[in-house]
Amino acid sequence: MNLLNISSPHATRSGNTGNVMLTVLLALIPGIITLSYFFGPGHLIQICIASATAIGCEALVLHLRKKPIGFYLKDYSALLTAVLLAISLPPYAPYWVTMVATLFAIVIAKHLYGGLGQNPFNPAMVGFALVLVSFPVEMTTSWSAPSALLENGIGVAQALEIIFSSRETIDAITMATPLDLYKNQVEIATASEIYQNPLFNGPNQEASIALGWQWVNVAFLLGGAFLLWKKIFTWHVPVSLLLSLSLLSIFIGWDSDSYVPISLHLFAGATMLGAFFIATDPVTASTTPLGKLIYGAGIGVLIYIIRTWGSYPDAVAFAVLLMNFAAPLIDQYSQPRTYGHKKAVRGLAKKD
Amino acid sequence: MSTPTASKTLSTISKDGLWDNNPALVQLLGLCPLLAVTGTVVNAMGLALATMIVLVGSNMAVSMVRNFVPDAVRLPAFVMIIASYVTCTELLMQAYTYELYTVLGIFIPLIVTNCVILGRAEAFAAKNPIIPSAVDGLMMSLGFAVVLILLGALREIIGQGTLFSNMELLFGEQAIHWKIEIIKDYPNFLFAILPPGAFVGLGLLIAVKNVIDDKIKTRKQGQTQDVAAGSKRVRVTGKIS
Repeated sequence: MNLLNISSPHATRSGNTGNVMLTVLLALIPGIITLSYFFGPGHLIQICIASATAIGCEALVLHLRKKPIGFYLKDYSALLTAVLLAISLPPYAPYWVTMVATLFAIVIAKHLYGGLGQNPFNPAMVGFALVLVSFPVEMTTSWSAPSALLENGIGVAQALEIIFSSRETIDAITMATPLDLYKNQVEIATASEIYQNPLFNGPNQEASIALGWQWVNVAFLLGGAFLLWKKIFTWHVPVSLLLSLSLLSIFIGWDSDSYVPISLHLFAGATMLGAFFIATDPVTASTTPLGKLIYGAGIGVLIYIIRTWGSYPDAVAFAVLLMNFAAPLIDQYSQPRTYGHKKAVRGLAKKD
Repeated sequence: MSTPTASKTLSTISKDGLWDNNPALVQLLGLCPLLAVTGTVVNAMGLALATMIVLVGSNMAVSMVRNFVPDAVRLPAFVMIIASYVTCTELLMQAYTYELYTVLGIFIPLIVTNCVILGRAEAFAAKNPIIPSAVDGLMMSLGFAVVLILLGALREIIGQGTLFSNMELLFGEQAIHWKIEIIKDYPNFLFAILPPGAFVGLGLLIAVKNVIDDKIKTRKQGQTQDVAAGSKRVRVTGKIS
């Protein structure tokens, strides 16, 4: 009998970066469709703006760095950064906000640190944090109400007009995000009073979750489950992130009359997008199994803290960036035991 | 202490201060005021002027007393000299440019702790006669000022879309119209106005300087690198150093 002698690594599929990025892009599609269904074509336009800017910047920087442009563009990492950034941004933000964020993400956060694989911080979230700090007005007033609450919905022409030229008609379609609204009102109102707001009720039914947003989050959850099944990333980061966020919102926020309830923490805002698509970025996340658990839990805790006691509407970007800082240190102290050794070597060897 | 080191020519001193050993771009000294007050050109100019007065004055004074101060107490003595110059500058600014003084606030008295000044006193003025010390102080502070003003201009253009706004704080009434609005209805880019923008801006300036240095280096090498020194089996026609 002839046994095949194949040396390791025993890879069962090609580890091509471009394929991984394309799979992640594919998994984003249900989320993008749901976003567009509930909030109009704003996100699609932002994706186009961000992608064009990202590819342009990527090509320019690669040219300056004297790298082969076509080869690096084909790994689709710039495109993925652009799409993630565009769906994190408010759908009706002016076009220059998206362009500045993308430019900063690709040029400063990615290439100045050495390009894909070398960047310590998630480029999309660096871009998002930059514009959130720089343009607070545009970033908080450009969220649209769910189309179901608007008389005519939002047409493509109107969306293009708002994003590219005049922002005069924007007041007609914008509304606070559910998380923001709940946080601001909970100091003066009870939970049942807040739920009277159409953002939670929808046109005619009673509900305690955010209209539109819950389906967006479900869609991202499904996309994340698909990636998990395809083994693009392991379960550690999303599970520990969602678990720590849920535990905190159950134990601290059990009283929905004074804190945002768990249903909104999980299914309003960018929680699922962050847990499955942003925190799992293989470059900037922790890499050891134990490290991934700590990293994810840290993001969950920070999301809860910033959302509850901070002044920004959502917290995923800042939480991810703060844990990006910590990832190398976590890796250093969470090395697994090597096969054949009794104990894991963690940290540096003790000096006598 | 008082043994004079190999005296540099005035032109090398100038080149050192302005480019080769620029306090802000190469030594990375005085970063605290550099990053904190360079939001606009006028703030940067105000701080640059104040630093210049202090640095030239203290360098000259330190150089004058360098042979009379014992080694053990030289640092307290230098700091006393610097502090008195800073106090003079502060009083002068209060008298003539009061609004700018209030804008710059704590960063004027903090010039005492600016490492550029004590660094030059210790590294140069304490070992050199008075004229080279004065030139060194002037050139170092000019190099510092150029970086401050460049960074101020960069952050003002990106942050507010204007250039030379509020120049009347420093130059009086006739400067009110110096303000140039580069872009109309510019939405303020807060990142450039806040301190993080200063860090990124300074990093980019340092990168530009390094690129220029590299270019100069390769050009020089290109001229002389016909034959590498010490290489064997080379038909030598020229002179190898």
